Amino acid sequence: MPETGNTGTTAGETALPATKKQEAVPGLALGLALLSAGPVIILALLIVVLSFLSPYFLTGRNLSNILAQTAVISVVAMGQHLVILTRGIDLSVGSNVALASVVGALTFHAGAPAIVVIAVIVGCGAAVGAINGLFYVFGRLPHPFIITLATLSIAKGLALQLADGRAIPGMPDTIDALGREAVWGLPGSVFVVAGVAALLFVMAKTMVWGRWIYAVGGRPDAAVRMGIPVSWVLVSVYVISGLCAGIGAVLLAGRTDAGSPLFGNLLELDTIAAVIIGGASFLGGRGHLGHALIGAIMIGVIRNALNLLNVNVFFQLIVIGVVIVIAVESDVLRNYLEGRVRVMQAGRQS
Amino acid sequence: MSAVAANVDQAAAADHPVLAVRGATKRFGSVLALDDVSIEVRRGEILGLLGDNGAGKSTLTKCISGVHQLDAGAIILDGAPTQIRSPADARFAGIETVYQDLALFDNLTPGQNFFAGRELAGPQWLPRGMRFLQQRRMDAETRILLANLKVTLPRLDAVVAMMSGGQRQAIAVARSTVFARKVVILDEPTAALGLRESRQVLNLIAALRDQGNAVILITHNMEHVVELADRAVVLRQGRKVGELVPTKDNTQELVSMIVGA
Repeated sequence: MPETGNTGTTAGETALPATKKQEAVPGLALGLALLSAGPVIILALLIVVLSFLSPYFLTGRNLSNILAQTAVISVVAMGQHLVILTRGIDLSVGSNVALASVVGALTFHAGAPAIVVIAVIVGCGAAVGAINGLFYVFGRLPHPFIITLATLSIAKGLALQLADGRAIPGMPDTIDALGREAVWGLPGSVFVVAGVAALLFVMAKTMVWGRWIYAVGGRPDAAVRMGIPVSWVLVSVYVISGLCAGIGAVLLAGRTDAGSPLFGNLLELDTIAAVIIGGASFLGGRGHLGHALIGAIMIGVIRNALNLLNVNVFFQLIVIGVVIVIAVESDVLRNYLEGRVRVMQAGRQS
Repeated sequence: MSAVAANVDQAAAADHPVLAVRGATKRFGSVLALDDVSIEVRRGEILGLLGDNGAGKSTLTKCISGVHQLDAGAIILDGAPTQIRSPADARFAGIETVYQDLALFDNLTPGQNFFAGRELAGPQWLPRGMRFLQQRRMDAETRILLANLKVTLPRLDAVVAMMSGGQRQAIAVARSTVFARKVVILDEPTAALGLRESRQVLNLIAALRDQGNAVILITHNMEHVVELADRAVVLRQGRKVGELVPTKDNTQELVSMIVGA
C-alpha cells in the first residue's frame, strides 16, 4: 500500500516558478516521513537506551525471550490489524484464545492426534471470528464493538464452563515443540509468527482481497458504490482475526503445555495497543502488517525492560498507556500535515 | 480495452436510446420524490438534468445507478428492460456515476481508485477476491487513460488525499471512463471548483461524449448547460415539467421552468 510519507515533492510541476509554497512542501514531506517511520525510530532508540541501562538486555537469550513472549501478541495483533484497517475492532480475541485452548485440551484428552488438536484449536478460533463477522454484517449491528463484546463474554464463559474454571494440563508433543524447541536459539513459535506474517503480507499486497480491505477501510460507502462486496470483505477480516486468535492459542498452549480458560486475559487490549503503537490508523484504511508487528515487539520490549530494571509491574500499564496516547496523537498530527500538503497543492494549481 | 470495437457495434444502433427510463416513481415514506418521470439519452449525447434542490434529480440518478430502487417504472438499457438492484449491477450494465461527493478513496492512489471494484487480476478460475493483482497492467492503463483525457496529476504514486479539489474531480471523472461504458452520470461535477478547474472538467465531459458515451449531467450552472447539453430535462417537485434544446436565448425559459414561475 502507498506510504504516506514521501509524497510532498511534485515532479510534474517544474513549469511553475519556484515559490515559497513549493519550498515549504518538502519540509512537510520530511515531517510526514518522520511520522511514518516514528515507531521504528522509537523502537530503535528504545533498544539502544535499554542496552546501556541493563547489561542483560542485549543478550541473545533475552532477545529470544522477548520474541517468544511476544509471539502470541504478534500473531493475534496481525488479525486485529486487518479488522482495524476496515474501521472495526475485535474485542473477543482474548476470550477466543482461552476457548480455543480449552477445546483443544479437551480434544487432546479425548484421544485425538496432534494434527486434529491443532485443526480444532484453529478452527474454533475461526468459528468465533465467523460468528463475529456474520452477526456484525448480516445482523446489521451499528458497530463491531457490540458483537465482539458479546462474544468476549460468551467465549470466556464457555471456556470456564468447559474447563470447570481450571487449567487443563497436557498438549500433544507437536504443539509443545513450538514453545520449547529452538532453532538458532529461537523458539518454534517465532517461525510460526514469521510464516503467518509472510502469508498475510502476500495476501494483503498482491490479492484483490487485500486491495478491497483498504478500499472498505478508506471509504465504506464508496466501496459499496464501486461494486466491492463489502459485506464479505468485512466477514473475511473477522474470520481471519479469529483464525489468528486460534493460532495464538496453539502457541500459548505449546508454551505452557496446557489449555486454560484464563489464557488471553486482556489480550484484546494488548493487540489493539500494538496496532496503534505500531503506527496504523484507528480511522481505518491506513497501515500495514509491519505496524502490528513493530507495535507488538515494542510492547514486549517495554515489558521486558521494565522487568529487567526492576520497575514495579503496575508501572508497565502506565507506560504502555502513555505510549498509546503518543501514537494516536501522531496519527492526528499526520492527518493534519496531509491536509496542509493538500491545501498547498491546490494553492499552487490556481 | 475494447472501446473502439464497442463503438462500431453501437454505431449501427445509434439512434435508439441507450438508456430510457419510463414512468419512474419513487416514494420515501410520505414524500413522493419521483412521480412518473420518463427520460431517454442517446449515444454521443449530453442530457442536462435540471431542477431546484429537492426536485428529484439526485433521486432519479441514484435509481439509475442502483443506490435506490424504483417503486414503479422501468429502466431500459439498449432496448432491454433491466433490473438494477445494486451499484454493482449498474456498473456491470455499463452505467458509471460520478457522485457529487466523488466517492474517492483518499487512502489509495489515482490508479487504485480507477480500478477499485474491478481490479485487473488473474487467474480467472479463482474467485474474484482471491485473484492476484496485475499491478503493471493497471499502472500502464492508468497512464494511457490520463494521457487520453489530457489530465495531468503531480504524482501517480501519491494517495488521492494529497491532491487538490480539481485534481480529485478529474480523477473521479476519469474513473468513469476506465472501461468502455454506455452511460455516464455526473452529479454537479463543477460545484466545488474554481474557473480553471471547472473548464478542465467540462472538457473531460465533452471527451466522454466524443468517446460515444451517453452522458447525463446534473448542474445548476446555465452556462454549462447551454455550452454542453444537447437537450435539457427539467424536474420540479418530482415531476418532469419540460424538455428543450438549451440555447443562449431560452435560458430564461429554463430558469422559470426550474423555479416554477
